[in-house]
Amino acid sequence: MELWFSEIHTPSVKLDIKLKKQLFHGQSDFQRIDIYETVEFGRMLIMDGFTMLTEMDEFVYHDMLAHVPMAVNPNIENVLIIGAGDGGMVRELSRYKNIKRIDMVEIDKMVVDAARIHLPFTACSLNDPRLTLFYEDGLRFVRKHTNVYDLIVVDSTDPIGPGEGLFTKEFYGNCYNALTDNGIMVNQLGGAFYHGDIVSTQRAFSRIKGSFPIARAYQAHVPTYPGGHWLFGFGSKTLHPTRDMQRDIWKNLGLDTRYYNTTLHIGSFALPNHVIKLLDEV
Amino acid sequence: MQALQELSRRRVVPFDVPGHKRGRGNPDLAAFLGEKALSLDVNSMKPLDLLGNPVSVIKEAEELAAAAFGAHHAFFMVGGTTSSVQAMILAACKAGDKILLPRNVHKSVPTALILSGAVPHYIYPDTDKNLGISLGMCFDDIKTAIEDNKDAKAILLNNPTYYGICSNLKGVVELAHKYGMLVLVDEAHGTHFYFGDNLPISAMAAGADMAAVSMHKSGGSLTQSSILLLGKDVDNGYMRQIINLTQTTSASYLLMVSLDISRRNLALHGKKIFKQVIDYANYAREEINHISGFYAFGKELINSSSIYDFDTTKLSVNTLKTGLAGIEVYDILRDDYDIQIEFGDIGNILAYISVGDSKKDIERLCSALSEVVRIHGKPPKGMLNYEYTHPQLIITPQAAFYGEKELLDLKNSKGRISGELVLCYPPGIPVLAPGELITAEALDYVEYAKEKGCSLSGTQDPNVEKILVVK
Repeated sequence: MELWFSEIHTPSVKLDIKLKKQLFHGQSDFQRIDIYETVEFGRMLIMDGFTMLTEMDEFVYHDMLAHVPMAVNPNIENVLIIGAGDGGMVRELSRYKNIKRIDMVEIDKMVVDAARIHLPFTACSLNDPRLTLFYEDGLRFVRKHTNVYDLIVVDSTDPIGPGEGLFTKEFYGNCYNALTDNGIMVNQLGGAFYHGDIVSTQRAFSRIKGSFPIARAYQAHVPTYPGGHWLFGFGSKTLHPTRDMQRDIWKNLGLDTRYYNTTLHIGSFALPNHVIKLLDEV
Repeated sequence: MQALQELSRRRVVPFDVPGHKRGRGNPDLAAFLGEKALSLDVNSMKPLDLLGNPVSVIKEAEELAAAAFGAHHAFFMVGGTTSSVQAMILAACKAGDKILLPRNVHKSVPTALILSGAVPHYIYPDTDKNLGISLGMCFDDIKTAIEDNKDAKAILLNNPTYYGICSNLKGVVELAHKYGMLVLVDEAHGTHFYFGDNLPISAMAAGADMAAVSMHKSGGSLTQSSILLLGKDVDNGYMRQIINLTQTTSASYLLMVSLDISRRNLALHGKKIFKQVIDYANYAREEINHISGFYAFGKELINSSSIYDFDTTKLSVNTLKTGLAGIEVYDILRDDYDIQIEFGDIGNILAYISVGDSKKDIERLCSALSEVVRIHGKPPKGMLNYEYTHPQLIITPQAAFYGEKELLDLKNSKGRISGELVLCYPPGIPVLAPGELITAEALDYVEYAKEKGCSLSGTQDPNVEKILVVK
C-alpha cells in the first residue's frame, strides 16, 4: 500500500509527498490540522491542506525570519511573535540571551498542543521562561499595544483562512503602532512564481509599504513551498535591512546557524528582476 | 419551497414565460447567476399558486409566516418594504383622511401620501444634540398629537430606527386604539424582534395593526423581498385588493421562496442566530469604546421617553470626537481597508452585523477603526446640529403633486407651495414635502446642508437648484 499527501499548488500543479504514516489529525475551531511522518522530509505539519513546515527544510524559513532582524538590531529585547504555533520561531529567537521577553500570540491552541507532542524539533523551546503564550486573535492582541515591542515576527498561514486578518492594512498599521521607535516587523509574504501567489504577495507587500517608512522584501529557497522560492517582508521605522546590519556584533554572538549567515543576509535582499518588477507594481 | 422542488422533479416542458426557459435561452445569464437560480425563475402556474390571489402553496407559506411572526395575517411582498409601507398607508387612509407620522419617515411614506391623498400631521422626534441623530418620538408628544387630532385615522411609527432606537410601542398602541386610530409600524429594521431573545418588543406583540418587515435586512431573504403583517382587526381581503393595485402580476418565485426559506430558518434557529448577532455587536461595542474618540452607543442611552428601548444588534458608532465625520470614516474604511459598512452620516457610522459575520471580520473592523483614529484623527471641530424645519402643510401632498406647477429657482421660491419632495441625506429626512409652504427656514437648511456636503435629492432637477412649485 502507498500513502501520498498531495498539496495543490495551483489548480493544475500539485506536489506529492510519500507518507509513512499519519501522526495527528484534528479539526479545531479555526482549521484542519494534520501531522504526517514522510519518507523524504521527515515530519510535516499541514493546515487546511497546505504545508506549513517539514522537518527537513523548516530551518530555512525560521532562520530567515529570526536572524535577519536580529542582525539588523542585536539590541532587541522585547519580541512579539504572531502565529508560529509549531514553536520554531521561539526556538530560534530564544537563542539570543539579550532578549528579555517573548510574547507569542497563536489563535489556535490545538496547533501548539499537537506540536509539543509530535514536532519536538520545533516545539523544544516552548517552555522558555521568557515566553508568554496568548491564545487569541493576533489582530486583536496587537491593537491593544502601543510602543512595546522592538520586533514583531508574523508567522502566519496563508491569506485565506484564519490568517486572513494578518494580511490586512489595519494589521500592519496596528503593528507599526505596537513597535518601539527602532522597531522592526518581519513576515512571510508568499511566493512569486504562480499567478495566485503573486497577487497575494503584492497585496501583502503593498500593506507593508503603506505602513512602514522602510519596506523591503527578501528571499530564500524553501523546497516544499509552492515554486520553491519564498519571499519575506521587512518593515521598519528607522533601521535599514542591509546598511544597518551589524555583521561583527552578530558574528561575535557565535550562533551556529544552518542556513543564515551575514553574507547571505545581504544577498537575500538582492532580488531577481521579475520579483523587483512585481513588487514595484504595487 | 417544496412546491418548487416538486416542479423541478417533474421536469415540466415550459411553453410559457419567462422566455429564457429555465436558463437555456440565455446561457450567459445562466452561467453568471447559476443554472439552479434560473431553473427556479418560473411563472405562476397551478402547482405554484398566484401571489395576487393565493389559494394553495403561497397561501400556506403566508399562513406559516403569520404564525411565525405572531400576526393574524402575513403577505409576501416582492416590491421591497417600500411596497409594504405604501400598502399600509393606502389601506389605512382614503383621500382626505388624516395620518399622524414622524418627520423622519422613509421616502416611501410621502410617496404613499401622494398616491392616497391622505393629509399628514407630523410629529417631530427628539434629536440627540451630542450624537446628531434623530431619536424616537417622545410619548408626551405623541399623546398631544393624538389628542389634538382625534379625527386622524392612523398613526405611523418607525420602530426601530436605523440607529436601533425604539419608541414606547405598547403605550402608543393603547392610546391610539382608545381613539380608534390604526397603528402602522415601519419595522424595516426590526425583523429580528420576532425571533430573538432580549430584544425590544415587536409591532405585532405590542398589538399594532400593521407592520412592514424587511425580511431581506436582518431576516436573510433576497433583496427586494418583504413581509407585510396584519393584526386581528384589519381585513385581509381588503388589504389584498390594496396590494394588487400596484403589485406585479409576475411575482418572482426566487423572491417568494427566499421569504419562505428565511421564515423557516428564523423559526427554527432565530434564537441562536440573534444571540450570536447580539454577542458580536456587544463585543464590537466594547472593543470600539476602548478606542479613543469613538462612541459605540448602546442601552445606556435609554431614557424612558424618546429612547424607550435600544436594539442591541445595531452597531452604531459616533465619530465626532475623532474629528472625523461619519461619512469620512465610511469612505476611509471602504477605500483604504476594504471594509464596506452600511452608512455614514455627519456624526455616525452604522456597521450592519448579521449572522453572516465572523469574529475575525469583527476584529478587522475594530482594528481598522483604531487605525483610522491613529492616522486620520484630529481635534473635534464645531458640532453640527440637526434641527427639523417645521413647515406648514397648505394643501395635501396629492393635490400639490398633481396640481399645476411651475419651475422656479430654489432661492426665489420662498412663500410658494412645494410641488416636490426635497430630501436631505444624511440624515435622510424630508426638508420639504409636496403641499408644504416653502419657508426661509427650509431654504436656509437646504443651503446649510449643501455646504456641509450632504446630498439633496427628490426634485426633478438632479442638482436641487430648481424646484417645482404649485401655481
